[in-house]
Amino acid sequence: MSAEATGQKFNIDTVEHAAGTPETDLPWAELGLKDNEFARIQEILGRRPTAAELAMYSVMWSEHCSYKSSKVHLSQFGEKVTEKMKEHLLVGIGENAGVVDIGDGWAVTFKVESHNHPSMVEPYQGAATGVGGIVRDIISMGARPVAVMDPLRFGAIDHPDTARVVHGVVAGIGGYGNSLGLPNIGGEVVFDSVYQGNPLVNALAVGVLRHEDIRLANASGTGNKVVLFGARTGGDGIGGASVLASESFDDTKPSKRPAVQVGDPFAEKVLIECCLELFKASVVEGIQDLGAAGISCATSELASNGDGGMHVELTNVLLRDPSLTPGEILMSESQERMMAVVTPENQAAFEAIMDKWNVEYSWLGEVTGTGRLVIDWAGETIVDVDPRTVAHDGPVYERPFARPEWLDALQQQKFDGERPASDSELRAAVLELMASPNMCSKDWITNQYDRYVQGNTAMAMPDDAGVVRVDEETGLGVAISTDCNARYSYLNPYEGARAALAEAYRNVATSGAKPLAVTDCLNFGSPEDPAIMWQFAETVRGLADACQELGVPVTGGNVSLYNQTGGVGIHPTPVVGVLGVFDDVTRRTPSGWREDGQAIYLLGTTRDELDGSEWANLRGHLGGQPPVVDLEAEMTLAAILINSSRDGMIDSAHDLSEGGLAAALSESSLRFGVGARIGLDELCERDGVDAFTALFSESHGRAIVGVPRSEEVRFKDMCTARRFPFIRVGVVDTANGALDVQGRFSLPLDELRAAHEGTLPKYFG
Amino acid sequence: MPRIVVDVMPKPEILDPQGKAIAGALPRLGLDGFVEVRQGKRFELTIDGEATDEALAKARTAATTLLSNPVIEDVTRVEWINDAAAGDVE
Amino acid sequence: MSTETPLIGSYSADAAGPDLTDARVGIVTFPGSLDDRDASRAIRLAGGTAVPLWHADSKLYDVDAVIIPGGFSYGDYLRAGAISRFSPLMDKIIDAANSDAKLPVLGICNGFQVLTEAHLLPGSMIKNDHLHFVCRDQRLRVETNATDWTASFEPGAEIVVPLKNQDGQYVADEKTLDELEGEGRVVFRYVDHNPNGSRRDIAGISNAAGNVVGLMPHPEHAVEAGFGPDASAAGPVELRGGLDGLNIFTSALKKIVGSKA
Repeated sequence: MSAEATGQKFNIDTVEHAAGTPETDLPWAELGLKDNEFARIQEILGRRPTAAELAMYSVMWSEHCSYKSSKVHLSQFGEKVTEKMKEHLLVGIGENAGVVDIGDGWAVTFKVESHNHPSMVEPYQGAATGVGGIVRDIISMGARPVAVMDPLRFGAIDHPDTARVVHGVVAGIGGYGNSLGLPNIGGEVVFDSVYQGNPLVNALAVGVLRHEDIRLANASGTGNKVVLFGARTGGDGIGGASVLASESFDDTKPSKRPAVQVGDPFAEKVLIECCLELFKASVVEGIQDLGAAGISCATSELASNGDGGMHVELTNVLLRDPSLTPGEILMSESQERMMAVVTPENQAAFEAIMDKWNVEYSWLGEVTGTGRLVIDWAGETIVDVDPRTVAHDGPVYERPFARPEWLDALQQQKFDGERPASDSELRAAVLELMASPNMCSKDWITNQYDRYVQGNTAMAMPDDAGVVRVDEETGLGVAISTDCNARYSYLNPYEGARAALAEAYRNVATSGAKPLAVTDCLNFGSPEDPAIMWQFAETVRGLADACQELGVPVTGGNVSLYNQTGGVGIHPTPVVGVLGVFDDVTRRTPSGWREDGQAIYLLGTTRDELDGSEWANLRGHLGGQPPVVDLEAEMTLAAILINSSRDGMIDSAHDLSEGGLAAALSESSLRFGVGARIGLDELCERDGVDAFTALFSESHGRAIVGVPRSEEVRFKDMCTARRFPFIRVGVVDTANGALDVQGRFSLPLDELRAAHEGTLPKYFG
Repeated sequence: MPRIVVDVMPKPEILDPQGKAIAGALPRLGLDGFVEVRQGKRFELTIDGEATDEALAKARTAATTLLSNPVIEDVTRVEWINDAAAGDVE
Repeated sequence: MSTETPLIGSYSADAAGPDLTDARVGIVTFPGSLDDRDASRAIRLAGGTAVPLWHADSKLYDVDAVIIPGGFSYGDYLRAGAISRFSPLMDKIIDAANSDAKLPVLGICNGFQVLTEAHLLPGSMIKNDHLHFVCRDQRLRVETNATDWTASFEPGAEIVVPLKNQDGQYVADEKTLDELEGEGRVVFRYVDHNPNGSRRDIAGISNAAGNVVGLMPHPEHAVEAGFGPDASAAGPVELRGGLDGLNIFTSALKKIVGSKA
């Protein structure tokens, strides 16, 4: 199809035309711009924007792309970083993803991102393209993607609509991730009615690269060529912006633009291999993936991060739908596309690699030294802007925030529900807990994901962290865990954010890895509600403070606001991912025990902390204050777990979090189907709690470990030297086939397993 | 027994990765000249009883509610298949 | 020319028997192949030499055997394996497999699907009966050692290897199934649990000569301690310590080296 022919169809709104027609009515409000924002655009340009410029500004100044409501708070992640914390950071916040030095010349890039709204519209494609988007962020840093994980939040398990969403999201993640050849090594699944109309689909990806291979999104070198490659551009993801049809005088175009982006995992897999070959051959100077805001984002970010200028001919874009207007082409969110900057000398080499992988490409234009982003349509200029004003100098709002009035009353409602006391009640309570939607086995979901591909998975779900090997000669590798308890955040957003980080940090240390860096996905309701904005502000403050205390920097992430259907906002859900490093992944510690006679120790102190707990949740209670976070204790616990793993003092370790000791003991027994004899009396006496509290409290800073007999003395000496509380709570029993809480109850593992594994198949199988 | 055929196609503006891959493979077999391939689904619904308008209406409802996803797909055909058993309704 | 797929790291030589390095096994990469590097690693860990082959090539570079690895070649669009089957390299592989030299060919998962589409093996794979992708550690029985890829097994031996697929339900007409059974060409059978509804619990089959074998599960993911399944048919293993897949690769390597001697 001739590009010029396409161009003829439109009555193009050129820069020249715009300058001469200041009074033209533009659909800026329909595109989501506020009147002050539109006025600011006119002020920047010194004239009214063209239709194409309006399209660019509207998508780049959206909440999703500009972080206009969250920016003033997010800056704390930069301000609260010490030089010491930056020690391992090769690339920090602001690029497509952060890059962390893990030693031996290796680096790792990782990031978690939301795809909540698209997954609400179409669960399968929303989840699939969520995986696709985060993987392209990883590729664009110059890395080979090596693993994914997915923190998910669904509505109530028994709600009639939940099964539809669960089936779609799980199949979408599997359908895309499995086809890319990326092992899925962990994540979270939570059911809560607050997510009924607002499922949260977050996707994390991790990639591996050599230090010298880091690629950045900048367009430098005047005269270098700009190329768009991968899938063709269609009308994907611009359904809401159909007002742009007003710039078209062609009535043959499809009446509706698809609001849904359809993913093509095969195209993405080819794109991965093709990009890695480009990097290896050193034929790209800068590279940027196309995600939200498509070409608008890629051109303006590349240009503003480089020498400051770019000149592009938009009719060169290969189209899937020839009826698209220039504005629509600029806004399209078609998947599986990348933009790169290539020197003229490397153009032939670039084309040869494209041809080998059968990937389509088109040369759009070149880098200039003008400081302007100029976009032409068949030779006529339709965009002439300072790219910084599009990409970086968007509006910043100091939205009002206020501590909600209802919070005091909520925090005073301590858990006063049923506290099982008799042996039979406790037994029934453990079974009920382990079969409950949030504590039950997630095998039904995770067995639909490939955890083996690439052959480097050293550990995956249901262990505490996903572990992948990076270097096959040395065993150097990384561990990742994501965590968040949104009920804690609802009760106290500052403490909830610290708790999310503490738990992810603890999980990584439990696996034996040293925590190095953080990524976060902050899922909230409407920032225009001062109460929600306060939750957000408190969350960021809590997370930034906790990162500083633990000495682990935030390297990147994502904010998702307006998760609010029908006026009901979700609980604040700050999903935190922590990345840790292993010298040798074969030393990782699994969550279950296997050796008969090994001692089981509980590390940490158990307090009466049931507010916000899974048990309270099962009794329909949500109130009080979440468990206290003590980051000093977390660091000591982590040091003990890491040293024990390195020195071979423990054979198993499992952190205590949701569901407390009851959940940890059950999971450690079920992991390899090996039972244990447990005694609670000493623990109850030392910590001054009853058996129910010992089992169900969710106090932080705790873990259970399996210690070989030969290592017990050394292990106890280490805990004593570090002044960390430890207590022997039992012994592994390979013969009894049960979790036997002595003097109280015994749960045969078959019965426990049936309860634990039966729940998801019952609702979704 | 009477049968109803339902055809479901990806909406024209929606990317069809399968059709794209097939279109790419055809020229490699020397089968040139096809500028686009789109892959849809065909369902056959067999009726136990008379071929009534009511049954056809039900099939239409089935087509738009369960057999297709209106967000990404169009129902392009719902009609009786003209075979021996259904011949009398044509 | 052959292509080099980028690897995450280099491999240490961990050869089971240095004499096997003379055996050169080609690993085919199609667009959308996923377990190609894993198959290469398996050959290396079994002691052989892996040679990457590119689908668009029309030379086999004198390899002694070929593995068509798992993945979603061409996205599994249309039918799994349907588009890959027509690549130039497949023509060469089909000729070599049917020639007097009887090139040993192993198709794993998507590779098995390619072999059925190429009519090197009978039957076909359809969507799993439960309609989901499934990833699990699967117990198999090796029904025969009369193939190039199972020669080192005792007939009836059991192994545990990972299984992961969406379209893994093996189907064929009754006559074909009877022939396969009668001629001893059912090579692997699911034990304890049929994970996808395959006819007669069939997990893998061979051609009449025994040089071409296809199976749905992934033996190349049970070859390295620490990165395999949590189980072995032989008994308890260390965390992810299952190595039951290795013998499949060693079988072919030994046969190749033996025939060269």
